[in-house]
Amino acid sequence: MSEQHEQEHEHHIVSPKIYVTIFFALLVLTTATVAASFVEMGVFNPIVALAIAVVKAVLVVLFFMHVKYSTKLTKLTVGAGIFTFLVLISLTLADYFTRAWGRW
Amino acid sequence: MSDSPVITQGAMEAAHHEHPPYQRHHFETIGQQNDATNFAMWLFLLTEIMFFGGLFTAYLILRNWYYPAFVAASHQLNIVWGSANTAVLITSSFTMAMGVWCAETRRKSGLVLCLVLTFLLGLVFLGIKSIEYSEKIEKHHVPGFHYSIQSFVDPASDPVAAAYGDKPLALDMARKTELYFFLYFAMTGMHALHMIIGIAILGFMIFRARAGAYTMGHVTFVENFGLYWHFVDIVWIFLFPLLYLISRHQ
Repeated sequence: MSEQHEQEHEHHIVSPKIYVTIFFALLVLTTATVAASFVEMGVFNPIVALAIAVVKAVLVVLFFMHVKYSTKLTKLTVGAGIFTFLVLISLTLADYFTRAWGRW
Repeated sequence: MSDSPVITQGAMEAAHHEHPPYQRHHFETIGQQNDATNFAMWLFLLTEIMFFGGLFTAYLILRNWYYPAFVAASHQLNIVWGSANTAVLITSSFTMAMGVWCAETRRKSGLVLCLVLTFLLGLVFLGIKSIEYSEKIEKHHVPGFHYSIQSFVDPASDPVAAAYGDKPLALDMARKTELYFFLYFAMTGMHALHMIIGIAILGFMIFRARAGAYTMGHVTFVENFGLYWHFVDIVWIFLFPLLYLISRHQ
């Protein structure tokens, strides 16, 4: 048990190479989202913008915030938190967006 | 019952293990302490996600209700300043991540340099934000503060709205632009407050780092501050498209 314990707590140092890669990926995605906002895509404009934002956020969480290399406890905490957040936001939006359904 | 003092003493002896001075006494190992601190920091960040989440939800609902007003009002934001600030903040997140690496690998001068760069980039972000805010004040686009709907009922009179070819809004819809700016100031203002708190803590950390506090094996403070700083970056990653971009071409 003790051995497994030690292994789990081993501190993982993320290398600068990964940080640089993620940094450039974030800059490229920022350029992409700005460029996409100048293209008329109708209903897909917000969808594309939010999709790019989600990708950027995931990159930051996994690599800059080390979640990819963290303990299972941290992964579970982050996952559970984001899941709860999504439940709250989607149920609230589903309620508000459908209140006047068919009355416009 | 009479055995219990003996057991207690034995347990206490076992608890008196050797440990580095920065390890709190109630933790078995330094790994356990790090995990507990990391867990606590993430719980705090989750409360922060819920807090900003409320503002984001309000924004999405009101944007859905008063769509034309939100489109016209968002045209008033300057996409160049917004993009520049996004780049500045991402760069500051990168320098912060490098700071954590320097602390982990015990590079003192590297850590100080990274913290100073993060500090300066934070100030640049706030500087650009204040330029944007002063534009809003000049145009009376601050809600509740001599708010003017001139740019929205008569877009031809406003150079920015005219450049976008905005159509005049009816009076009741034009009034809803105030809601957009209310949320704009609430969201970017709360974000800026988080930046100010972060910059203050960075100032403190620069002094401690110069004294070598974080480069002797105990990096928890730098690491957890890094988590906070990256979180503030993530909030901006969502604020930027929602406020500046999604109504750009409509």
